[in-house]
Amino acid sequence: MSCDASSCQSSNCHRNGDATRPRHALPPVDDLAALCLKCKSARPFSSSSSAVGGGREDDARFCADCFRSNLFGKFRHSVISNAMISPADNVLVAFSGGPASRVALQFVHEMQYKVQRDFDASRDRSLRVFGVGVAFIDESSAYSVPMEEANKVREDIRWIVSSLSPPEKELHIFPLEEIYSNGLNNGKEKLMELLDMAGDATGKEDLLVHLRVLSLQKIATDNGYTRVVLGSCTSKIACHVITATVKGQGYSLPADIQYADARWDVPVVLPLRDCLEQEIDTLCHLESLKTTDLPHKESLSTINTLVSSFVALLQKENPSRESTIVRTAGKLTPFHFNRIPELKDDNVPLATRRRQKRSSLKLNGSLSSESFCPICYGPVNPTAHSLSVENTDQPRCNIFVDSCCLSCRFQILPQDPSQMEHFMELWPQTFVTGPKQQARSLHLSSLREQIQDCLLSDSDNES
Amino acid sequence: MAEADGKAQKDAGRGGGRLCCICQARKPALKRPKTLQQICRECFYAVFEAEIHEVIVENRLFKPGERIAIGASGGKDSTVLAYVLSELNQRHNYGLDLFLLSVDEGITGYRDDSLETVKRNEMQYGLPLKIVSYKDLYGWTMDEIVKMIGMKNNCTFCGVFRRQALDRGAAMLKVDKLATGHNADDIAETVLLNILRGDIARLSRCTSITTGEDGPIPRCKPFKYTYEKEIVIYPLTPISFYYYFSTECIYSPNAYRGFAREFIKDLERIRPRAILDIIRSGENFRISTSTRMPEQGTCERCGYISSQKWCKACVLLEGLNKGLPKLGIGRTRGPNAEPKQDQMPNGSRSMASKQCGTLDF
Repeated sequence: MSCDASSCQSSNCHRNGDATRPRHALPPVDDLAALCLKCKSARPFSSSSSAVGGGREDDARFCADCFRSNLFGKFRHSVISNAMISPADNVLVAFSGGPASRVALQFVHEMQYKVQRDFDASRDRSLRVFGVGVAFIDESSAYSVPMEEANKVREDIRWIVSSLSPPEKELHIFPLEEIYSNGLNNGKEKLMELLDMAGDATGKEDLLVHLRVLSLQKIATDNGYTRVVLGSCTSKIACHVITATVKGQGYSLPADIQYADARWDVPVVLPLRDCLEQEIDTLCHLESLKTTDLPHKESLSTINTLVSSFVALLQKENPSRESTIVRTAGKLTPFHFNRIPELKDDNVPLATRRRQKRSSLKLNGSLSSESFCPICYGPVNPTAHSLSVENTDQPRCNIFVDSCCLSCRFQILPQDPSQMEHFMELWPQTFVTGPKQQARSLHLSSLREQIQDCLLSDSDNES
Repeated sequence: MAEADGKAQKDAGRGGGRLCCICQARKPALKRPKTLQQICRECFYAVFEAEIHEVIVENRLFKPGERIAIGASGGKDSTVLAYVLSELNQRHNYGLDLFLLSVDEGITGYRDDSLETVKRNEMQYGLPLKIVSYKDLYGWTMDEIVKMIGMKNNCTFCGVFRRQALDRGAAMLKVDKLATGHNADDIAETVLLNILRGDIARLSRCTSITTGEDGPIPRCKPFKYTYEKEIVIYPLTPISFYYYFSTECIYSPNAYRGFAREFIKDLERIRPRAILDIIRSGENFRISTSTRMPEQGTCERCGYISSQKWCKACVLLEGLNKGLPKLGIGRTRGPNAEPKQDQMPNGSRSMASKQCGTLDF
């Protein structure tokens, strides 16, 4: 990456190799260099408040406005080029209260606001304005957070969402235990019991993540949403790449790190995939975006925490490391569901359909996978798995175990086989599909219909 | 496979109490690094050797009657490999002719010491030893090269030259295959480093147990699933082992590569199977075939395999002989290489964390 030579300090600039120039030369004092790199008129914000500038010095030389429009540009580009949101959509933003999902919420709101303004101004009103809802998964019961602290976080969330209108956004506060939708109030105990069954600390963390994803799907399907927006940023995805590798999930990894993930009933999209955590934090700081966090003590020795400190260390040493990691993993072949299914509806405006065509072309060589792990919903490597799923003589839980990926078997399923039956009872029933249909549960078959054209003929070994 | 066993054995180990959880007869002497099961000495050797045998058989690493060179640096991995291979060869009638092959880089105070160990091994196991030296092949020792180019970038020379030297030595011995002592930790580390570095081409092939099958002499890694810690434990046997406790190569300042090594060790502490999991991930990565691999040709000067007109070794050598040692350094480096990575041998080395003295792919 080449940048303005006179003041470049970024370590990935090839001009650094030039021996005649002293390395780490301080920016020259002339006025032009002290101005924003892009608009050449305002002062870069980092010179006044170097604390927020961080290591990414390219960005630190933007003025606040240019920095913001640059970041929003990345978001907008990934939304548009991957057809993440179309006018007919109803978008559910997953909001944890943290900076990344806060920025995602802010950007989605802005986009909606602009579309609304155009809509109000236009005469024919042909293009609808997409709807936005917000989901907060309340995990306070899983972390045993005191009631008053949890209440305060919920209050904050309500305040943040209500401050983002118009247009009005519906807020869904979903206590995690509600995945047990049987109406009984023993959900909390069941949840705790389920979490306790995962003996491995990393497994427990991951189990919570899986439950969160399932909860988001539940909110989305119950309330008629057509997209789920996650605030996963480059840094988070880079950590996921390494953790998945370390857990032996190399096969399913490409499914999780694309812009779109339509293996679910409601496709999940990652519009902040190209934004760094640092940039997000900076934006929150610049615009004083309120964030909140459920207080919980992180267990120190899990694979996840170890990896994130490792990645943070590498990022500190080289500010483009996280992007490199994501770019490398991005070269792994994605799955057929890693795109937004095409809309067949004739009501969809031509421009939208054309855009979708363009974005879907990219995934020509993608794999088609038929079976998913019932715990993490990761695609399961067909070659590594025996076909014992077909054997109906086995007890139900053996079939369940067989259909799980190796990683979940190790870190989430109880190691004692006698506890397996109990684990299955505790696993949220809404999501347990019969073992025979496991490989192609209902929603998957509907998904399959939509992607029929890209399935290979030799994938029909399912009799 | 091995993991499933490991898990089952681990379960058994929990209830096992005082006895070795494999034989259930003797007192456990150690906690096996790979599975954390408490086992006795005898069972450790048995299971250690059995696993390597299984890997060799399952992956069909060798055919009867083949001549195999073992890349021997005198370090722990290659010493244990030489011993285990000669043991298994006799025990299971592989029908192999085994040789030791060493490269003498010409590093005073480092390689000359470790070569002494290799010579001892030659006597002890009765395996014929061939030493190829940089001085004979290229006319330069590493000492001389370092004198010329300084402490920086010299790993590039060493790495490129060693790779070719091993192939040439193997050709002189007329062997069919070269076995190297890369262990599971090394491979896991390579997988991670290739992700961190963005090297998708190497990522796709760094986990294969046999490489270079289209080249002149294929290489294989019988220790692909063997933990480094177990290789360290193994020689604590009645059989006397001599190996060189390789400190660091005196010309290789330890920088970036320590990161990944440290990380793997931390992971192993939390979850021993993480190393195997990383290797499994590496094997299961699906890399689209559209990633173009460089075409293989031969060097116009020396006839060695090369994707360019001249092979890397000839380019480097030309630079040395003309007094332009910078020639060839940095050309293989991407435009985004960071200054920190300067100390990392680029291009030909995929095992960035291997000690300079150990053998490479």
